[in-house]
Amino acid sequence: MSAAVEEVVTEGQAVEAVPKRAMTLGAGTSLVVLAILVLTPLVVKNFIIFQMTQVLIYGLAVLALNILTGGSGQFSLGQSAFYAIGAYTSAILMEQYGVNYALTLPVAGIICFAAGFLFGQPALRLSGVYLALATFALATAMPQLLKLGYFEKWTGGVQGLVVTKPDAPFGLPVSQDVWLYYFTLVITIAIYVGSVNLLRSRSGRAFMAIRDNEIAASSMGVNVALYKTLAFGVSAGITGIAGGLGAIAVQFVAPDSFTITFAIQLFLGMVVGGVGWLPGSIVGAAFIIFVPNIAESVSKGLSGAVFGVLLFLVIFLIPHGARQVAIVGQQLAARFRR
Amino acid sequence: MLSKVQRTAALAAAVILWTSSAALAQKRYDTGASDTEIKIGNIMPYSGPASAYGVIGKTQQAYFDKINAEGGINGRKIKFISYDDGYSPPKTFEQARRLVESDEVLLIFNSLGTAPNTAIQKYMNSKKVPQLFVASGATKWNDTKNFPWTMGWQPSYQSEAHIYAKYLMKEKPDAKIGVLYQNDDFGKDYLKGLKDGLGAKASMITTEESYETSEPSIDGHIVKLKNAGVDVFISITTPKFAAQAIKKLAELDWHPMHIVSNVSASVGGVIKPAGFENSQGILSAAYAKDGADPQWDNDPGMKKFLDFLAKYYPDGNRLDGSTVYGYGVAQTLVKVLQMCGDDLTRENVMKQAASLKDFEPDTLLPGVKINTSPTNFALIEQLQMMRFKGEKWELFGPIISGELTN
Repeated sequence: MSAAVEEVVTEGQAVEAVPKRAMTLGAGTSLVVLAILVLTPLVVKNFIIFQMTQVLIYGLAVLALNILTGGSGQFSLGQSAFYAIGAYTSAILMEQYGVNYALTLPVAGIICFAAGFLFGQPALRLSGVYLALATFALATAMPQLLKLGYFEKWTGGVQGLVVTKPDAPFGLPVSQDVWLYYFTLVITIAIYVGSVNLLRSRSGRAFMAIRDNEIAASSMGVNVALYKTLAFGVSAGITGIAGGLGAIAVQFVAPDSFTITFAIQLFLGMVVGGVGWLPGSIVGAAFIIFVPNIAESVSKGLSGAVFGVLLFLVIFLIPHGARQVAIVGQQLAARFRR
Repeated sequence: MLSKVQRTAALAAAVILWTSSAALAQKRYDTGASDTEIKIGNIMPYSGPASAYGVIGKTQQAYFDKINAEGGINGRKIKFISYDDGYSPPKTFEQARRLVESDEVLLIFNSLGTAPNTAIQKYMNSKKVPQLFVASGATKWNDTKNFPWTMGWQPSYQSEAHIYAKYLMKEKPDAKIGVLYQNDDFGKDYLKGLKDGLGAKASMITTEESYETSEPSIDGHIVKLKNAGVDVFISITTPKFAAQAIKKLAELDWHPMHIVSNVSASVGGVIKPAGFENSQGILSAAYAKDGADPQWDNDPGMKKFLDFLAKYYPDGNRLDGSTVYGYGVAQTLVKVLQMCGDDLTRENVMKQAASLKDFEPDTLLPGVKINTSPTNFALIEQLQMMRFKGEKWELFGPIISGELTN
């Protein structure tokens, strides 16, 4: 009976199959994007650099969700919870135990990987909208868990924790913002390359097999349970690292920072960037950071409505998000070459 | 003929030179101020869970429109740049950086909320940009030593709690106090103030109950307090829960001395929904006039406020405490900027804000005065007790100071 219900819900693939070659950018384009990311901070104001840092950090979080949803076909509205765990791990280690900020990130990643892997176990029994709901519950619960008196000694309760921003090391003559940007950029590139390789590997093929057809995958010998939880773990781990970076960049963590709204924003970022298209993560992150500001400048009282209209236009005109734009662009470029 | 022209020209040149050099000597500006304009930044939750407070920002915009229409401050117009943070601290941080580094404002004024302001406090102080008149009652904004660029405005929760402590020790020294408080920074700050205020007699508090904002009903806590046999009930609650408590007390036919925090003293928002007949005799304290209270209809200060609403902010609701609040804070800022004269540096803004003497905004209770000093950034520390009677609050007793020095 329940299997029948599930079948109805998952019937017709929820996530469209993306061939793995289409998941990345060509070498030429990658180099251009990289050059832009490396060179821009040399000419813009500190505030813009800070915003670019945020785009990279949110981009990582969207990328993590993309691996989970675009790669293994599982939905999650609970990414804000893993982001919060990562942020708090970094903040607590830095402020309460005096650990170097760079060393807190792998710890945040490992703790979140464990948390995601464990959460993936019960989540195995759920799929589609049911899984989305379960993760939704996680996101709703997290801010309250962080406020609990029991953890207050470490988390600072509702007051949150103020984090000291790191200076550039070795006496480098750059501002904190510029240093943090390049630091984030290096980590982002490393994780991006790692993710691309993961999806091209045996494990990545297993993820995609599960996404496309779970039964077929298991009959081919893929350990469905293992790979599903693994996808959750990897996704949570990357989100945790993004959270740690976020705590360092914003210099403050508080329960109010990690509400369900944030989880929905990340989901939005993934859809706008193109589900299953990793480079789109950065585009999606830029969308969730800049478009609300644009909406506000159009009308303060109706900023939410303006944002809604803009979002609707994006979904209506380019349902596959930034990926669609990129494909059209590529085709145009190919036509010119001929 | 020629010589006369020359002489006149020389004289004119001398006069111009003299006045302009004198002016140059006087006028000093930091980023965000000029001969014609003063840029003020502000961050409000226009969207999200606390969006009801967005009215404060709108009132202030209207107030600065009024100041500009009347010629500005010493000839300079105010440019008020107000951004939305949705009550999310990371967004507040981003908006603060946008205001300081991109819009280049002179100062950030009255940004709202304890967590959002905590998120930007360190940044503002390291940049040495005034974080003036923070819209939160937390006690920590009065920390002149560690955060000399941050200053609050309204009485802190602890100041207010001191006043209840003073009142109880005088009127009911053998009271058994039961406290119901919200389990967050607001509730805890308050409880601490109450205990500090009672000092050696803190044991008068016999029962403490805390609730989470996520609880649908707080009835259980109230039954517990009743069964504990307390005869003073202090309700450190936000409006929704304060109204629930008043109703539940009536339902239980339990009539202890009932004190409600100022946060929830709104007639329109709390008392009316809870029922006037259930609210008779409830105590609270106030520092500002209530727009809903007809006793202020002929008050000159309140008249100015109502004229302002009618002319510059016709959508504004006089019954909403946020309009009264926004007006009072904006008036205080204008006062500080006037005091700055032509020396509009960030340092001088803080210096002038720290030397307010007996300033009385139109909307504060008669006798409540704003005083600051370089070592005391708590602007308003006086409140007056009030009792609910009929359909309005009746003030009684003297203006009491809840100063935190003792």
